[in-house]
Amino acid sequence: MTLALVLEQLLNGVQFGLMLFLMSAGLTLVFGVMGLINLAHGSLYMIGAFLCAAVAGATGNFWLGLLAGIAAAAAAGALIEVVVIRRLYDRDHLDQVLATFALILILSEGVRMIFGPFPLYLNVPDLFRGTVRLGIVDYSLYRLALIGFGLAVALGLWLLIAKTRLGIRIRAGESDREMIAALGVNIRALYTVVFALGAALAGLAGALVGAIQSVQVGMGEPVLILAFVVIVIGGIGSIKGAMVGALLVGVIDTMGRFLLPRAFALFLDTSQAMGVGAALASMLIYLLMALILIFRPKGLFPAHG
Amino acid sequence: MKVFQHAVFAATLAAGAATMAQADTVSVGMITTLSGGGAGLGVDMRDGFQLALDMADAQNIRLVIEDDAQRPELAVQIAERMIQSERVDILTGIIWSNLAMAVVPSAVAQDILYLSPNAGPSALAGANCHPNYFNVAWQNDMLHEGAGAYANELRYQNTFIMAPNYPAGTDALNGFKRYYEGELAGELFTQVGQTDYAAELAQIRASGADSIFIFLPGGMGISFMRQYEQSGLDLPIVSAAFTFSQDILPAVGSAALGVFNASQWSPDLDNAANQEFVAAFRAEFGRIPSLYASQGFDTANLILSAAAKADVSDRAAFRDALLEADFDSVRGDFAWGPNQHPIQRVYIREVVEVDGEITNRIVGTAFEAHADVHGENCNM
Repeated sequence: MTLALVLEQLLNGVQFGLMLFLMSAGLTLVFGVMGLINLAHGSLYMIGAFLCAAVAGATGNFWLGLLAGIAAAAAAGALIEVVVIRRLYDRDHLDQVLATFALILILSEGVRMIFGPFPLYLNVPDLFRGTVRLGIVDYSLYRLALIGFGLAVALGLWLLIAKTRLGIRIRAGESDREMIAALGVNIRALYTVVFALGAALAGLAGALVGAIQSVQVGMGEPVLILAFVVIVIGGIGSIKGAMVGALLVGVIDTMGRFLLPRAFALFLDTSQAMGVGAALASMLIYLLMALILIFRPKGLFPAHG
Repeated sequence: MKVFQHAVFAATLAAGAATMAQADTVSVGMITTLSGGGAGLGVDMRDGFQLALDMADAQNIRLVIEDDAQRPELAVQIAERMIQSERVDILTGIIWSNLAMAVVPSAVAQDILYLSPNAGPSALAGANCHPNYFNVAWQNDMLHEGAGAYANELRYQNTFIMAPNYPAGTDALNGFKRYYEGELAGELFTQVGQTDYAAELAQIRASGADSIFIFLPGGMGISFMRQYEQSGLDLPIVSAAFTFSQDILPAVGSAALGVFNASQWSPDLDNAANQEFVAAFRAEFGRIPSLYASQGFDTANLILSAAAKADVSDRAAFRDALLEADFDSVRGDFAWGPNQHPIQRVYIREVVEVDGEITNRIVGTAFEAHADVHGENCNM
């Protein structure tokens, strides 16, 4: 086990974490501002990936595909907010879960009807093919670009929330929605914008990750589960919490998959150690979540003190 | 005149009854994966099955299809419903071994015939074999054994092996290791449905392997190959047909070209039944069939061949008819082993591009008349 391998795995963990951040930022924003549990967030991720693959396939240009993926996810988000979600704000979380779960089924079937049951082809853009030498590590250029994208989006999101009028309204909406409505802010429009923003982030993540994964129906649900773990760890409603939670989950999951089988191999035979190690590694982030909830029941950075 | 009519009617009835005994309706329940990441496999299997019924213009098969969404608990519920309410005689269709493990033992114990068009977990092939359980595809280990044997032929010395952590993944690694004679650079279990292989690729790079063996069916294979292409690794890959099957090759693209994979079937296999099947499948669905489609097609034809000889309500007679295997398998010769799993030739295929389409071509043979090792533990 060399230093280069450990460093590469750390980079992998950070990259995985940043992609999780794109997913969980939207999820936590929507929950924090609107008090809504949106299970269909994973479907928006899928829409981003499918549109990106379809447009990139038709035009041969990944970047056009990426724009199309983001736009389609944002548009789908806005449409869903206006048609369905708007009726759910005053209902309890169980109704929201039920309705957004129905949306998962509808969107999955819809995508299957349009694109068929077989996975789509989406390749990495030419600009980011191959590997790059980082000190002692040969690292995939595309994964490095994903780290860059993740950091840029995190910075942009922070600027948006901390420095712009829209950000002030979002924060105000988080702390007291009646009051900002009373102050004359159009809260309905604000909700639509926040939901579309969250959807666009999910679509961006789907399109970016789609280039190195399988673009298939149902691709969003496994990521959605992880994104929920992230926001529970980070503190529901907190963007900062989502960032820390996503990096924690990304690094711990990657390092667990890497180190646990090796640890068991010290006292078990290889096949057994691989089986036990892999099984335990898949539980690791849930153990982490349970542990954090014992000591910090509202997560690491609770949005409402 | 009236008497005459009655006589004709009675005669028709009698004749009808005689043919009825032969052509009694067989109720077939198909539980397969039609949604989620594994949908491509189930859809191909179903389409192959349906195509066989259509080509035979079969009137005596009643087919009920349900989606298991790749979830074992759902598959169990569907099986119970099909047995209790739909009164099916035969169950079939399951793609994934963990689902087969959940459904098959209870179904065959209720005197339902189970014909597997795909999953062949080792646990059902040995001591737990059952007269009502037939596997029309292969025992899980079989194609991976072919990959192991071919790795020797390619003189691989230090192979890194990897599969998902579920019954078929364990069978895959065991099958490969049973024949592979070189050293193992490393051995890894991944999660079922895993989409990111960065951690595994880094370990392969650090292991100093000279080659890779993977078993990653469906979307898992697409994700791995996508990321492998971008990892800068350039090791030869040997595999079984699942990871380089026609259902995922278009999405993997040129990254798969040149990979050797073991299979009991290939679209270019040269026999009349197969040529007819591939042409009919392309005409009907506009794509090249995968091995899953070929297995669905064979399963349907096996059922049709038995239904022509025996009444399904007489299970013993129907089982005997199934054991005769009197149908033209698209893989060529078909014979049963002692555990009612096929004994068959295992080919080596290479992924190639033909007329702009990425597909497989047979380049060699790993085994002639190969039987699985679990059959000797089966006492039926």
